[in-house]
Amino acid sequence: MLSEKAKEAIRVQMKRYPVSRSALGHALYIAQEECGGWVPGEAVKDIAEVMGMDPADVQSMMSFYVMYNKAPTGKYLIEVCHNISCALLGAKLLFDVLERKCHLHPGETSEDGLFTLKGVECSAACGGAPAVQINGLFYENCTPQQLEALIEQCRAEGAPKENLYNAAYTPERTPKDGA
Amino acid sequence: MPQVRILTKWLDDPEQPKIARAMEHGYYAAARRAVLEMQPDEIIDLVKASGLRGRGGAGAPTGMKWGFMPKEPTQQRPSYLICNADESEPGTYNNRELMEKDPHQLIEGMIISAYALRVRTMFIYIRGEMVLAAKILADALSEAYAKGFLGENIFGSKFSTDLILHRGAGAYICGEETALMDSLEGLRGHPRSKPPFPAVQGLYGMPTTINNVETLCNLPHLVNQGVEWFRSMGTEKSTGTKIVSVSGHVKKPANYEITMGTPVEELVYDIAGGIRDDNELKAAIPGGASMPMLPKEVLLKTNYDFESLQANGSMLGSGGFIAFDDTTDIVQVCEVIARFYKNESCGKCVPCRIGTDFLHKVILRILDGKGRPEDIDLMKGICVNLGGERMMDSRSFCPLGDAAAWPIMWGGLKYFQNEFEYWIRHKQSPLGRGPGLPAAI
Repeated sequence: MLSEKAKEAIRVQMKRYPVSRSALGHALYIAQEECGGWVPGEAVKDIAEVMGMDPADVQSMMSFYVMYNKAPTGKYLIEVCHNISCALLGAKLLFDVLERKCHLHPGETSEDGLFTLKGVECSAACGGAPAVQINGLFYENCTPQQLEALIEQCRAEGAPKENLYNAAYTPERTPKDGA
Repeated sequence: MPQVRILTKWLDDPEQPKIARAMEHGYYAAARRAVLEMQPDEIIDLVKASGLRGRGGAGAPTGMKWGFMPKEPTQQRPSYLICNADESEPGTYNNRELMEKDPHQLIEGMIISAYALRVRTMFIYIRGEMVLAAKILADALSEAYAKGFLGENIFGSKFSTDLILHRGAGAYICGEETALMDSLEGLRGHPRSKPPFPAVQGLYGMPTTINNVETLCNLPHLVNQGVEWFRSMGTEKSTGTKIVSVSGHVKKPANYEITMGTPVEELVYDIAGGIRDDNELKAAIPGGASMPMLPKEVLLKTNYDFESLQANGSMLGSGGFIAFDDTTDIVQVCEVIARFYKNESCGKCVPCRIGTDFLHKVILRILDGKGRPEDIDLMKGICVNLGGERMMDSRSFCPLGDAAAWPIMWGGLKYFQNEFEYWIRHKQSPLGRGPGLPAAI
């Protein structure tokens, strides 16, 4: 399932920490990136093998955190903050747009596989509420009209040019091994 | 002027994340001087004398925390320093801005702290969602390594220290320091019992200090300008400045750095431009969603510092100031807050796992027009089981339980019980809204 390159990236991570298990979080990100946005069971087994852990142990860690996707996601991950500052300034209107234009409710993926919608807790952009992230990129003070335009833009593109969530830059380039 | 630019001085300079520009602005001079000319204990004494208190939520004196760390860590028993950059308290966004726009200030602060605490390995635990900040920090770290400010024999001294950037993966509880350590060890983020405190038995069982981003960013300025300067800002027990993240119904929501002790009235009306559409201020949460909201009349006699906010029934917390104007339905606000804690309870202890869910269900029921008169007492009972009869009388395993109870018990119900009663009696809000959540609350 996981390529040799990904396995090697996990081994690099394991060496960066005083205790190699700390690299498990990174390992899951590496797997998620390689598997197109989620972590399938086979990848969990591979991680367990590389890290010398029990697959159930890896699964238990993964299931705790919301950013490891447990099912395939769309090409565009749309995250709308529904916490207090954004709710005060109309986050609900943004969810209405997604329901109307894409028939999406929080947690769902559109039938064409283009979009996944998540309602997320405070994304630390309260000064620009309501805030939306698409593949990790922030759109602050987002109006329903702007969100509609963004959706159209995604549809026209067909595939994202940039996905900030891809972990590639965090692992190898973090300096301990001399970047 | 109560509004100052010390930690936020260079945030408007787009080139500031580059080390060359940061050094033009005098960065790393304090770290160099600390490592080459000062004794570690001198720095600890400096921090103790400054009265600097943690900016992450609890407000513990930083110097005191540092004082518990061993003076001579060994290779078998090394000390660790972790920067808590898991900023996820609703309404708070100053750490993200500090990291995205001025990463070298944080790195310099960490180098000084590592030297003072004799730490060979440091970590930044950054919230998983903050991908842009992580990218910027990773670049900044590479630059600092290349300059010899991190790694072996930094600044040509005998002191060596490494900094590892670690990304979280989406869990509010990991902002709690013991849960953060579990998460960093590759486990589910469950809090640990204290004692033993992290300074005795922390990450990997070793002595560990965990400090907030903003706290650490104060260090270079403190070394450069000294205790007297630092104490000249703020009050006796709340020294220095605080970056307040203002959001909600104000005209100019933003991060504002103010001297501690600035009147809330000035913060809202002068600094943040007043309330939108010139509406009336109804209430505000002064320190992030965990802290009780205060109504206008209390806010206007309160100053923004640790003691004053606590004396008036709330807390400074993480510095997230969320303002509500008079079109705000407090019951709906409470529903959003209760839902958040229900979602983020880690599930380790029963009062929190069951209580947060139960509390949310009762508020939802009221908003659905199915509230019962006894629901008020029911909510209070749940809150007592979560957070105790008084504030700070916790009955949950970790502060998340208190945080879930406080905004409802000591904010919503304390000041706006009549709105809950109105909803229950009339099946609609005093503002005339029917059941269900409107677009804006």
